[in-house]
Amino acid sequence: MLDLIGASRLEDLYAHLPENIRFNGDLNVPPGKSEYEIADYFGARGGENANGFASFLGAGVYHHYRPVLVDAVVSRGEFLTSYTPYQAEISQGTLTSIFEFQTMLCQLTGMEVANASMYDGSTAVPEAAMMAMRVTGRKRVIVARSVHPEYREVLATYTRHQNVEVVEAGFDNESGAIDLRALERIVDKNTAAVIVQSPNFFGGVEDIQPLAALAHANGALLVHAFTEAVSLGVLEPPPDADIVAGELQSFAISPSYGGPFAGVIACKEKYVRQLPGRLVGQTKDASGNRAFCLTLATREQHIRREKATSNICTNQALIALMATVFMTVYGKRGLRELAEQNLAKAHYLGGELKRRFTGPYFNEFVAQASACDTINEALLRRKIIGGLPLARFYPELDGAMLLCCTEMSRRGHMDAVAEEFGA
Amino acid sequence: MYPDNFRYTKEHEWVRIEGDQATVGITFHAQKELGDIVYVDLPKLGTHVEQAKPIGSVESVKAVSDIFAPMSGEVVEVNGLLTDSPEKLNADPHGEAWLIKIKLSAPQETAHLLSAAEYQAYVGAE
Repeated sequence: MLDLIGASRLEDLYAHLPENIRFNGDLNVPPGKSEYEIADYFGARGGENANGFASFLGAGVYHHYRPVLVDAVVSRGEFLTSYTPYQAEISQGTLTSIFEFQTMLCQLTGMEVANASMYDGSTAVPEAAMMAMRVTGRKRVIVARSVHPEYREVLATYTRHQNVEVVEAGFDNESGAIDLRALERIVDKNTAAVIVQSPNFFGGVEDIQPLAALAHANGALLVHAFTEAVSLGVLEPPPDADIVAGELQSFAISPSYGGPFAGVIACKEKYVRQLPGRLVGQTKDASGNRAFCLTLATREQHIRREKATSNICTNQALIALMATVFMTVYGKRGLRELAEQNLAKAHYLGGELKRRFTGPYFNEFVAQASACDTINEALLRRKIIGGLPLARFYPELDGAMLLCCTEMSRRGHMDAVAEEFGA
Repeated sequence: MYPDNFRYTKEHEWVRIEGDQATVGITFHAQKELGDIVYVDLPKLGTHVEQAKPIGSVESVKAVSDIFAPMSGEVVEVNGLLTDSPEKLNADPHGEAWLIKIKLSAPQETAHLLSAAEYQAYVGAE
């Protein structure tokens, strides 16, 4: 092969690179292994997984049942190996599935348009903030402290070199909900967006309406973030929000050590021109048949790189398809029932423990613990993964643990958690 | 075709000056080359624009093109008609589908612009 291209050694291919940036030396890569050794190695690593453990850990990644249909569909070669659907004439299957994804997310969020997906919730939220800045022409963003701490970190990364002021809005120490009085003092006429999460990081359901009214009175947009998509099965979509940005991991996307996930941004149609990513639309082909195509992607780098308003120039088609299949399997009533189960189980355990906050909650809540680590260690011995000690992200909430119950939580395990809490 | 009381740019914008204010649009030639226009992105009121710098874009079914400011000044009016009816830009580019009005900060900049006859010759030769 080297002969064919006129090279004598592999290194000739890198000859154009300056000497000082090339790596000289041996790569620290072990010698080749046999197929059996590889299978053995990965089998052993897989054995380290907490298979058969019950989990009460939520905090942005949730333990939900994945219907078998999901993998059956996404592992089909037509979806698994296909490239991004630039050529509508050979991509009708992918385009149809994305169109359905967008349609179902509009129905779930109550928004008028939804894009073809984002990398995940943590990038969807900062993209929504950037979008609000383009819409309003302002460079100040207010983000609730009860938004997922890692989403806020990504927001800080996005805005660090863009001359954007990011201001944090605190939560009420009693209810755990956003402190409206405090928010009133910081929202001003330079504010592009007020970003709130509901259910918030503590599982609490926010009252969006007064927050939206306050944002709108100042000419700012309200960005509604969510990490637990199952909540949309019982919680009214926020009609007062201008942009909804969230994470769809709960919809049959495996936790997989933190990703890949799929996010989404949905918004009111008047903001569609500032929506990052792409939109699939329904159209007619030359013979008048129903067909699908990429309708809007002008903001993408591959079309006008120097004018791109977002670094997002793709979507999570395959992962988003998991969510699409999930939504299709559950349907409207199924999703509602699923959400009700989550709600009921969380409230069963929540009722057994001493809750830190008084506000309404969905499937997560904060419990007062004497010593979080001791409790979690005891639970692990009983093959139960406990909750998240909040001090890691909120020093002011030392001795508080975020717990999550889903349809997967069994009574016996919940009682065991209550027992270790000393309830 | 190209009104004598307008001045033109090689980027296919026109400008009509009245006192210290100027109305800005894109030319018949520009809209014809672009084809069916589906979206117009214009600067916000109060924006300061500078001659020959991009101020927005116009998108047709086949291309997206930048719009350049023919003269410098402050945007004092934006044509709201184009938000809902961008296709008017194909129908009446020299009339009701003007883009913005600016309060001129450097009226002498007309020296860099083309007359109707010069523009006609320019697009004829293009």
